[in-house]
Amino acid sequence: MLLKLTCLIPLYPLIGSIINGFFGLKIGKDAVAKIACGSMILSFLTAVLVFVGFLMLPEGQHAYEQVVWSWFGAGDFSVDFGFQVDPLTLVMMFVVTGVGSIIHVYAVGYMHEEYSFYRFFAYFNLFASAMLLLVMGNNFLLMFIGWEGVGCCSYFLIGYYFEKKSACDAGTKAFVVNRVGDFAFLLAVMYIFNIFGTIDFSEVMHAAPEKLIYGGEIVTIITMLLFVGATGKSAQIPLYTWLPDAMEGPTPVSALIHAATMVTAGVYMVVRCNVLFSLSPMTMTVVAFIGGTTAVMAATIGMTQFDIKRVLAYSTVSQIGYMFLACGVGAYTAAIFHLVTHAFFKACLFLGSGSVIHGIHGEQDMRKMGGLKKHMPTTYKTFLVSTLAIAGIPPLSGFFSKDEVLYHSLIDGNIIFWGMGVSAALLTAFYMFRLVFMTFHGESRVDPSVHPHESPKIMTMPLVILAGLATVGGMLGIPLMHGWHILHNWLEPVIHFDLASALQHSEHMLHEAGQHAPSWTHLLEPKDHNLWIESLLMLFSAAVAITGIFGAYMFYIKRPDLPEKFTKGQWGFDLVQNKYYVDELYDESIVKPTVEASKLLWKECDAKGIDGAVNGAAKTIGWFSRHAQTLQSGFVRNYALFMVVGFISLLLVMF
Amino acid sequence: MFLTFVTFLPFFGALFLVFLPKESTGTIKQTALAVAVADFLLSLYLWTNFDNTTHAMQFSMNIPWIESWGINYHIGLDGISLLLYVMTTFLTMICVIASWEIKKHIREYMIAMLVLSTGMLGVFIALDLFMFYVFWEFQLIPMYIIVGVWGGPRRIYASIKFFLFTAVGSLLMLVAILWIYFHIQETTGVATADILYITDNLDVPLGTQKWLWMAFFLAFAIKVPMFPFHTWLPDAHVEAPTAGSVILAGVLLKMGTYGFLRFNLPFFPQASYEFVPMIAWLSIIGIVYGALVAMVQEDLKKLVAYSSVSHLGFVMLGIFALNPYGIQGALIQNINHGISTGALFLLVGVVYDRRHTRLISEFGGLAKIMPRYTVCFMIAALSSIGLPGMNGFVGEFLVLLGIFQVNGLWAACATSGVILAACYILWMFQRVMFLELKNPKNIGMKDMNMREMITVVPLVILIFWIGLYPKPFMQTFDASVNHLVSKVSPDNFRPKKDNHGDSSHGEHAQLITSNQMASLNHKLQMPKNVLNKD
Repeated sequence: MLLKLTCLIPLYPLIGSIINGFFGLKIGKDAVAKIACGSMILSFLTAVLVFVGFLMLPEGQHAYEQVVWSWFGAGDFSVDFGFQVDPLTLVMMFVVTGVGSIIHVYAVGYMHEEYSFYRFFAYFNLFASAMLLLVMGNNFLLMFIGWEGVGCCSYFLIGYYFEKKSACDAGTKAFVVNRVGDFAFLLAVMYIFNIFGTIDFSEVMHAAPEKLIYGGEIVTIITMLLFVGATGKSAQIPLYTWLPDAMEGPTPVSALIHAATMVTAGVYMVVRCNVLFSLSPMTMTVVAFIGGTTAVMAATIGMTQFDIKRVLAYSTVSQIGYMFLACGVGAYTAAIFHLVTHAFFKACLFLGSGSVIHGIHGEQDMRKMGGLKKHMPTTYKTFLVSTLAIAGIPPLSGFFSKDEVLYHSLIDGNIIFWGMGVSAALLTAFYMFRLVFMTFHGESRVDPSVHPHESPKIMTMPLVILAGLATVGGMLGIPLMHGWHILHNWLEPVIHFDLASALQHSEHMLHEAGQHAPSWTHLLEPKDHNLWIESLLMLFSAAVAITGIFGAYMFYIKRPDLPEKFTKGQWGFDLVQNKYYVDELYDESIVKPTVEASKLLWKECDAKGIDGAVNGAAKTIGWFSRHAQTLQSGFVRNYALFMVVGFISLLLVMF
Repeated sequence: MFLTFVTFLPFFGALFLVFLPKESTGTIKQTALAVAVADFLLSLYLWTNFDNTTHAMQFSMNIPWIESWGINYHIGLDGISLLLYVMTTFLTMICVIASWEIKKHIREYMIAMLVLSTGMLGVFIALDLFMFYVFWEFQLIPMYIIVGVWGGPRRIYASIKFFLFTAVGSLLMLVAILWIYFHIQETTGVATADILYITDNLDVPLGTQKWLWMAFFLAFAIKVPMFPFHTWLPDAHVEAPTAGSVILAGVLLKMGTYGFLRFNLPFFPQASYEFVPMIAWLSIIGIVYGALVAMVQEDLKKLVAYSSVSHLGFVMLGIFALNPYGIQGALIQNINHGISTGALFLLVGVVYDRRHTRLISEFGGLAKIMPRYTVCFMIAALSSIGLPGMNGFVGEFLVLLGIFQVNGLWAACATSGVILAACYILWMFQRVMFLELKNPKNIGMKDMNMREMITVVPLVILIFWIGLYPKPFMQTFDASVNHLVSKVSPDNFRPKKDNHGDSSHGEHAQLITSNQMASLNHKLQMPKNVLNKD
């Protein structure tokens, strides 16, 4: 019974968005805030009810589907507007509605001075609704509504201050880069329909091991296309450049969309399609490699930035890289685990940075901060807790999830992936504490005319809650103890993949096609999970985190002159600080040539080529008519001459 | 009889207007509006009485017209023409409202508009080749006059270009029609130009089919317009008055795609199949080329016009996928394009009325002073780039799905249009609506008034309606499309092609190895219980 409420979860924010969008100016800010936050909280409470209903499902049933109406179709293709509830959806639903509600409350305080308060919340609620569609859709296309819907809301919200050119550019860039990913996603969906004859998640995932050959070309192409889609949304190499620019949006937007929810949609999608990905070892390697590389690269850039939000943005790119690293080695639980804890501590960090920016009147440059500890005690404490969490200090949540990713990247992957993960962890600890030290410690470099102040309660309360979650979130997955990993047990029905039977099917299919299956026996050997290795690795990653923090302490507290010495005139530093010139490269190699070529097409091909031919034809006809005119001279003897000439030539032809 | 009445009602309305005094502009406008609204409501009545389950012609009527030549007044609607018919009356109504402020020769303008409406409706119901040709040429004249009299500064060039392009194209079609007429007379002994009869009985060898196909193709490809016959369109759009652009994009271009579905496909199924690669590549070029050129336009209307070239490329691609997904997608995309592009033209008209310029560089920051306008524009723009949940996506996805079944590479090329669409629309939107309000001439601009809202809001509602629940629209042509597909399906010709080796298309051969394909096919056909035993 309770599960029937599922369809209401995305509906509440949608209604809130419509009311605020149309009547927001009339009903006043208080009402707008109440409607926006109320609809989110209502949807959170409904999610709780649905969760209860899900727990009451009979044994062995792990998914519930609700078809609201039949969306569209043609021939034997049809797609429903339907939702599905399964363990993975529930986890995402709680992240979106829970963290979403908290950030909505914070935004009420943060945006209070804005004239377009209503517009902000209309978009914000619409985003939440689209994000819920994304995680709750029971087929690829419904997910795609959410997928593009969140992209669209992100476009509106990045460009919220639409009078700023940089904000507009950032919004357009985000949308267009995302579309590149969406292009691949669409192709993947079409291919999936071509192979399976359906695009329902449950049916596709169920049929995949029987219809696709392990490591075959089809599944590799499909998963590669899906992964390209994921790199767009989740800001991975090569499509990550939009996310740092997206920081032009208001800070709550960065927290909700560009840290906690939307950018993790790619990870969610990969985990949702884990059966397909598991069937393609090649794609898995690519996913892990891209994830690991992004994690390291974004972290290096994060070390060199001075804009507080940009550091966090690169940190987000880097942390999502971790999640993909986990996906790539088949540790889907670890990816979702890190996704959840990341949502807690990164949302807290973004909101904390918002509180800082709010407290010093819009300044975002860390070189103009410092010593804010005493002015903003609550912000400082929560920020510190979250920073410790992201750096991976036990027993905070980030430690557990990051450690699990690292552990799996070594055991299920190889030493290179693990090396990437560890170096990213080291860099993370360093740049995050660099941020903390530059912002809150040391001498104050704040403009003397500005008096830093702590933010109001409505903003600090969400910080406290999120810091609390970031502290205890690790309880979801306690390592070492068998059976204590709650998240793993919970997600088991979704990520269960029977490799042995899939291989058997593949072998059979290859056999039918007259081919020999390669030897797959080594894939089936059970991996030994050594308790000692696991504990040792834990100690090691804690040590890495502490090393990173110590490094930051040396550079930014003990010897503040060191960074200057190390970086001045170093071409390597300039390269990293300028983000490896990737934006410039894309601009020169893709954007500009396209625009130039288009202009050429228009001016040369269209105006001169085709129209030239058309007008030329018209002119030629005109020219002929004018000359033909002279033949019609009106002199009878000329006509007679023509007749004689014609008659003679006719005779010649005949004989 | 009822269908005849609905079709000619605007024409009689126009006749009535002739007798009204020139000075009473109010009465003229109200009469025209009343006629247009009545016609739309009557066409809705047709829709509600339409039987979705059959592909047969409905509301049909067949009486001799020129008996000695076997030419009949034969009309009827089926699933392929019904929605186009309703959209014509709908857009006529919107256009009459949108033309409310026209000052110059309002009576003649309304007469032209109503006559145009009858001409267009006639094209969609004609079931006799000669009658079709008469309507096809007839509707050119009022459109020519609308562009030529009420158009912009280069209206004469644009209207003549529009007229000549279309007329030249249709001349060859006339030749083909005559050829078919005499051929049918020769082979079956019946002197007739009845489309249904010809569809069933035309039997010509492939070589001749190809020539005839090309003749029809030229007429329709110019009308659609397909690359490289599209250059009349931007000129005509830019010079036409707002309502002219809406009708041009919403209905006139659809006559081209309708022609392919009514003539090329059913008359010459085998030739159509042979020409699939050519059409596909022309459409793909159109999609990408239109989008690229749209991106660098400086004039808002030209931008929308080039985006039409891109969108119509999708429609053509869908039609020539020759499967239910593609054709249904193409049909709904026909409607979608009329709605979204119609809305965009109306919205461009709104700022043109206020500022008498359409140059993108003249605007900027309008979002601040015209919030209602911005919201409507945003919705129309997003629908035009195919955001899921709005109408454009349903059509685009089905078209791409259809073409993917034929060739994965084509689908990939066409899908790239989705990225470019986002580029040109969002870039334009940013430069017009966002940024600072710098140009002092824009400061006093008023937001949309009630009349303008009335023209745009129905389109916005349709955008979401088709986007979220397209079933009422799509079920109207389900039966007709299935019937059409059964006639033109490539499977009808594949066996003949076996001698020639494998065709260059028809399989997604580029993407999977033949071995895998074989195993896959095997797998798909195998009953489940066999698998489980292993």
